[in-house]
Amino acid sequence: MIETARGRAVGPAPPLRRRGPDLIRYIRTHQTRLTPVLLLAPAILTMLFVVAMPLAFSLWTSLTPYRLTRPETIETFIGLRNYIRLFQDEDFWAAFGRTILFLAIALNVEFLLGLCIALLINKITWGQRMLRTIMMFPMMFSPILVGFQFKFIFNDNIGILNNALQSLGITDQAIAWLVDGRLAMFSIIFAEVWMSTSVFAILLLAGLFAMPRDPIEAARVDGCNPWQVFRHITLPFLMPFAFIAMTIRSLDVARAYDIVAVMTDGGPAGRTELLWTMIARTGYENARMGQANAMAYISTILSIAFTYYFFTKLVAARRYMGGAE
Amino acid sequence: MNRALKNQIKAAGLWLATFVVMVIMCVPGLWVVLSGFRPNREILAKPPIWIPQDLTLSNFAKIFGFGAEQVAIPVLSYFGNSMVIAITSTLIALSIGMAGGYAFARFRFRFKNSVFLGLMLFRAVPGIALSLPVFMLWSWLGIIDTQLGLIIVYVSLNVPFTIWLIDGFFRQIPISLSEAAQVDGCTRWQAFWKIEFPLARSGVAAAGVFAFLTSWNEFALASQLTRSTDSKTLPVGLMDFTAQFTIDWAGMCAMAVIIIVPALVLTFLVQKHLISGLTFGGVKG
Repeated sequence: MIETARGRAVGPAPPLRRRGPDLIRYIRTHQTRLTPVLLLAPAILTMLFVVAMPLAFSLWTSLTPYRLTRPETIETFIGLRNYIRLFQDEDFWAAFGRTILFLAIALNVEFLLGLCIALLINKITWGQRMLRTIMMFPMMFSPILVGFQFKFIFNDNIGILNNALQSLGITDQAIAWLVDGRLAMFSIIFAEVWMSTSVFAILLLAGLFAMPRDPIEAARVDGCNPWQVFRHITLPFLMPFAFIAMTIRSLDVARAYDIVAVMTDGGPAGRTELLWTMIARTGYENARMGQANAMAYISTILSIAFTYYFFTKLVAARRYMGGAE
Repeated sequence: MNRALKNQIKAAGLWLATFVVMVIMCVPGLWVVLSGFRPNREILAKPPIWIPQDLTLSNFAKIFGFGAEQVAIPVLSYFGNSMVIAITSTLIALSIGMAGGYAFARFRFRFKNSVFLGLMLFRAVPGIALSLPVFMLWSWLGIIDTQLGLIIVYVSLNVPFTIWLIDGFFRQIPISLSEAAQVDGCTRWQAFWKIEFPLARSGVAAAGVFAFLTSWNEFALASQLTRSTDSKTLPVGLMDFTAQFTIDWAGMCAMAVIIIVPALVLTFLVQKHLISGLTFGGVKG
């Protein structure tokens, strides 16, 4: 049994000799190999039942003109017509582009801000732990709550932001943060950044805490300036931590749906419509499930590709670092 | 400029920057919490009243249905649903995740990295995209608008991340401890419960808190899979307020406080373990 802990010591399994349906004997002899399979079985079965199966069903639905109001339409196969219609739809491409833009801006800003905050708090000598705890809170807020919170703050009439701006005399008119298209997009990105910057800040800070001092000091002795030290020593060391943060973020980028749903619900006039709000609108409000599923599939592939990319980056970075311990 | 002065300016700059960051992080949440204790007329006042004149619990009494004025939103049953759903799904996800996490931390097997990646990719499916087929399937199974329906979904939502975190915690415990126990005559099962589990307990608790909060906070799926007081959770209930013509800001803020407080307390309790779990988990060969 002890060898199993190290795994490799088990060696290749003996060739399988079946003596009748002797399942118990089979399990006994192959126990060490079966253990991880048995341990993982519940997890895998759950995921298959609740995610894989619905996704397969969703794929079929996306190939039909299914409408909730006409249940029989689910049996009509129309091939890729839903997808073709989507690709010809300007509104879809607008939402798609907006989603990409939204993610690109939000993630980059979150990374940069998170890095700055981590470096800042790393420099502070007192109260680091308390500051880190405070930073954790936005991460734990419900996205719907973050959305509501900023809907409240950005409200043109009673929001604290406009009240403050007017009291300070910076503007005498109420700024319509959530009514103007551009400002609404800005407000949503702001809310998203507020919620998720901590993920980066905290993980990068953990990286800075774990960083050995010797290479930095050696580089200083060798005459590197602070920028060179940062660029060639600190940053490469932090990259695995950045990729962990990116992976975690990419798992739930779609949480932005909650924020948008409560803040603007895609408005004004569709100016903040993202892929996710469009899916909800098409599927539930317009009851066009077939079309919505096609859209959902595209967004799923987008998310998965995104996660896959950062995950492989993470594995590669860790291998390069020999494990970020 | 002499060196000491320069250092002092630098330190002051650092403090100022940190202060600004913390203000931006804290003020929005604090403002909502504060508004939860203020009467609606004070929130709506023009010109704004900056310093709260009277703090009251009446908003809470109202949304919970005590007192003369009542809001027609059954917050109490939403709260109950949220609790039942979040706790049940956390416990199930934790037991499934503990088995899975242990397998990843202590065994080598074929396709290990692919299985891990597969679990993560399933987790990456956007909630709203997943809600469409789940909505259809659940209505056929007759578990739409039930606590059970949501619990099943949340278990699957939490399993991958729980595995990631728990994997990380078990990795930090030297294998030699469990091996020593086995040399002394424990079975592997006993060694796990007597040696490894107690050491990883705080980590498991952190994973549990993370799972609890994911369920507690989830909106995209819950908003479609729930219909009535039978299963509606707090985040979905929060949207009830906006459905009316005028937004009851004070009531919403009070409800926000109810959603925030458990999250804050739990986060505070386990934050240290959560960070180490996130950092050390994930495949490392």
